[in-house]
Amino acid sequence: MATVDSVIDKYELVVGMEVHAQVLTRSKMFCSCATDYAGAPPNTRVCPVCLGLPGPLPVINRQAVEATILTGLALNATVAETAVFARKNYTYPDLPKGYQISQFEFPQCEHGWLEIEQDDGSSRRIGIRRVHLEEDTGRTVHEGSYSYVDLNRAGVPLMEIVSEAHIHSPEDAYRYLTKLRTILRYLGVNSGDMEKGALRCEPNISVRTLEQKNRGEYGAKVEVKNLNSFRAVRSAIDYEMKRQIETLEAGGTVEQVNMGWDEQNQRTVLQRSKEDSHDYRYFPEPDLPPVHVNQAWVEALREQLPELPDAKQARYVDDWQVRRTDAAILIDEGLVADFFEGAVAAYGMEEGKPQRLANWLTGEFFRLLYADGEGQDLRQIAETRVAPAQVAALLQLADDKVINQNTAKKVLEIMYATGEDPAAIVEREGLAMVSDTSVIDEAIDAILAANQDELTRYRGGEEKLFGFFMGQVMRATKGKADPAAARQRLQERLDE
Amino acid sequence: MNLYELTIQEALDGMDRGDFTAVELTADLLGRIGAVEREIQSFLTVTGELALAQAARADARRRQGDASPLLGIPLGIKDVLSTRDVETTCGSKILKGYVPPYTATSVKKLEAAGMVMLGKTNTDEFAMGSSTENSAYHTTRNPWNLERVPGGSSGGSAAAVAAGEALGALGTDTGGSVRQPASFCGVVGLKPSYGRVSRYGLVAYGSSLDQIGTLTKDVRDAALLLNVIAGHDPRDSTSLPDATPDYRTALTGDVRGLRVGVPAEYFIDGIEPDVEQAVREAIAQLAHLGAEIIPVSLPNTDKAVPVYYMIATAEAGANLARFDGIRFGYSAGADRLMDNYRQTRGEGFGPEVKRRIMLGTYVLSAGYYDAYYGKAQQVRTLMKQDFEDVFSRVDVIACPVSPTTAFKIGEKSDDPMAMYLADVFTLSLNLAGMCGISVPCGLDAAGLPIGLQLIGPHLGEEVILRTAHAYEQSTNFGLSVGGLAAASRRHVAG
Repeated sequence: MATVDSVIDKYELVVGMEVHAQVLTRSKMFCSCATDYAGAPPNTRVCPVCLGLPGPLPVINRQAVEATILTGLALNATVAETAVFARKNYTYPDLPKGYQISQFEFPQCEHGWLEIEQDDGSSRRIGIRRVHLEEDTGRTVHEGSYSYVDLNRAGVPLMEIVSEAHIHSPEDAYRYLTKLRTILRYLGVNSGDMEKGALRCEPNISVRTLEQKNRGEYGAKVEVKNLNSFRAVRSAIDYEMKRQIETLEAGGTVEQVNMGWDEQNQRTVLQRSKEDSHDYRYFPEPDLPPVHVNQAWVEALREQLPELPDAKQARYVDDWQVRRTDAAILIDEGLVADFFEGAVAAYGMEEGKPQRLANWLTGEFFRLLYADGEGQDLRQIAETRVAPAQVAALLQLADDKVINQNTAKKVLEIMYATGEDPAAIVEREGLAMVSDTSVIDEAIDAILAANQDELTRYRGGEEKLFGFFMGQVMRATKGKADPAAARQRLQERLDE
Repeated sequence: MNLYELTIQEALDGMDRGDFTAVELTADLLGRIGAVEREIQSFLTVTGELALAQAARADARRRQGDASPLLGIPLGIKDVLSTRDVETTCGSKILKGYVPPYTATSVKKLEAAGMVMLGKTNTDEFAMGSSTENSAYHTTRNPWNLERVPGGSSGGSAAAVAAGEALGALGTDTGGSVRQPASFCGVVGLKPSYGRVSRYGLVAYGSSLDQIGTLTKDVRDAALLLNVIAGHDPRDSTSLPDATPDYRTALTGDVRGLRVGVPAEYFIDGIEPDVEQAVREAIAQLAHLGAEIIPVSLPNTDKAVPVYYMIATAEAGANLARFDGIRFGYSAGADRLMDNYRQTRGEGFGPEVKRRIMLGTYVLSAGYYDAYYGKAQQVRTLMKQDFEDVFSRVDVIACPVSPTTAFKIGEKSDDPMAMYLADVFTLSLNLAGMCGISVPCGLDAAGLPIGLQLIGPHLGEEVILRTAHAYEQSTNFGLSVGGLAAASRRHVAG
């Protein structure tokens, strides 16, 4: 698509994002069936309501409504005084009632926004059109020429978060989704697990010329479905943008269609054309009263809002002088942030300390986490054997020059494996740093005696050999020498 | 006197006195069913063994001093109410063989109160109809005249009570389906206010209109049954949290000073003279008892039929979407999914159901919603305001139930519009959520029963029961239980 790159500046990419997030509740949206269907045998988390048998009635799950309001508040949205469930009518084997109960005309929350950070550190605001509540469908499993329906998932609460068409680059789409997922996890309303289908993203992608933009016009939208990772979303948007521009440049027109993402071949494929589009015949669900939300309820929920990622990041930067990029990494997962804050509490927030902790966490500790277990899931930080205070204690040992940096890394590895206190490890393994100059002098004497040739060359002006002598000293002291003390003594002796 | 001729109250008294047991009573009812059911055909399923077992349990409970309000009372249950382990067809082929795994709340409450379930009564398919002629299984006949319909859609329940095949029955009323068959069969039919009785387990037709009601031989029995089935149900979000009174205490026999509204719009051309005369005489009787008669107006009454048929069918279209031949009931067994949907629904639903699904789909479709469904909801609001306005000036409204008495089987079945228009007096209060009762007020020249409709405000069950009871106590139409049973015997025998 080399030709596209030359004309890409003539166009603006316009993306709106629809995100479906399963709400973390114990029971389903409209019945008391459990939501723990993952791994359960098919059709074992079902009852007359979610099976769509004749006669039963739905009852609204209050917890799901509260999770949706919390999400709306976290996304700076207006909470509707009255939300109304409607019936969305369509026929599919995994939709047992023949309609999905979903908020339509009157969603739970509207008119919000979230901020994403650009490369230059500035932030951009992406509008949130609405946050509404609905029920998930069951799943259809295809095997050979048969299809099987599993209704365990049918009726699980689902939040739909619809952005405004404010996204203009694949990278911003990625940032938007990352930020949104972080917020949902902070709120504890969604697991964020895309691979398990708990979070699903459907971008609506169009391009328009700058002339169209000036006239306030938009291009035809293409909706892309079954994207299984944020990376796939970014790739799909990039692909679609280029495909649409290429089509337009070739004199063609972009059709308003639904596409699927072919991960293997990294391309979009046609799923359904506009002619097949449904008339959902929405009408208010007569079995459910409107959801009235008074101010007191909203305020009570606002009280429950945790510190959100943006505020947390600002606090790390402003109060603790943590570098912005490190702060961004630390706040991404709430559990990592919790760990960091626990360690800071134990370690102290004096100048430089939180940043030193940040370095250790995002460096050595993350390396251990990534190497551990199955995925690269930083949330397992909460399940490691190491407590935040132990990391603080480790850094304190280094600060107090009981151990040096290299030893500290070694100790952390042992802590990660065993959960022991760092002081106990240092004690047992005899890793305490040597700052006794007599011990260091003894080592230096021996090294200088054994390396007369190098000593002569050094003194003849070959100063880069300093590193060689330093290495010999550290080796002789088994890495325990206080590097500053060793450097000073070595310098003195070499310069004699 | 045969046991099956008793009212529920009389049967309770008899069992309390030890005159007979629930098993004897049930056996008598089953005997009556055996004698007349071939001609009346009130039931779709008779659960004889279950009934006798329940009766035996009721007798044991009574011996242990249990004083549950319906201990040992044999009742019929309209087949649109879900009953665990008992086939529930809604009068439709598409549910043939469907045995639900759960029981409707209203039926559960009756069971807890000691009911003996005799069986499931016939209904127009999915309660869509006014004659039971839309039942996929058979047409129930009016015990007063076997060539006539019993009314509908709760025609099976009304006929069963009128013919002495059950001491009482549950029906459902979406646009008159309890009151109209009660009127046609000369029994008492009560439609409570929307939200008074849980709809959980009622296979929905028009969800915002459906309400479970009772068919009984007299008003006292209606109060007895309502006492048991009324009340909030956490499984039905549209059921009302309001406390339920003991409705029997409303039966004072006194209507002095009661303000009775008579709406001009309910005495229109097309009403049979015998019906109008009987209803006017009944109103005069209320005046004679000390009530004050006040002319009132319900100006949007003429819009009830179109508004009803847009709202009810829109809801029905969605409610019936779940009948796809996959999880329960009839399946055509076609090889391909789409073919199976089409064939299952094409073969499983009858013509009236299909007509209403099409109508409901149409009024909700893109581009038509505002003009039809949306507009209908606005008019519905006006109709509700009309009632509220009238009820600020009167306590109860008196009017006919139906413009005619029971019509002949087949007479209207080819003319759906004529059938729809006959519901004009009963639809409005479903749209407004009000309560109503049909109480016998005479016979026409052909000896067919006529019903007086008393409409009360939302949650005004006490005032309509009180009025109906006072009226019933003061009249002597030969519609007492004995006379009724005699009438049905006569006609069945003939």
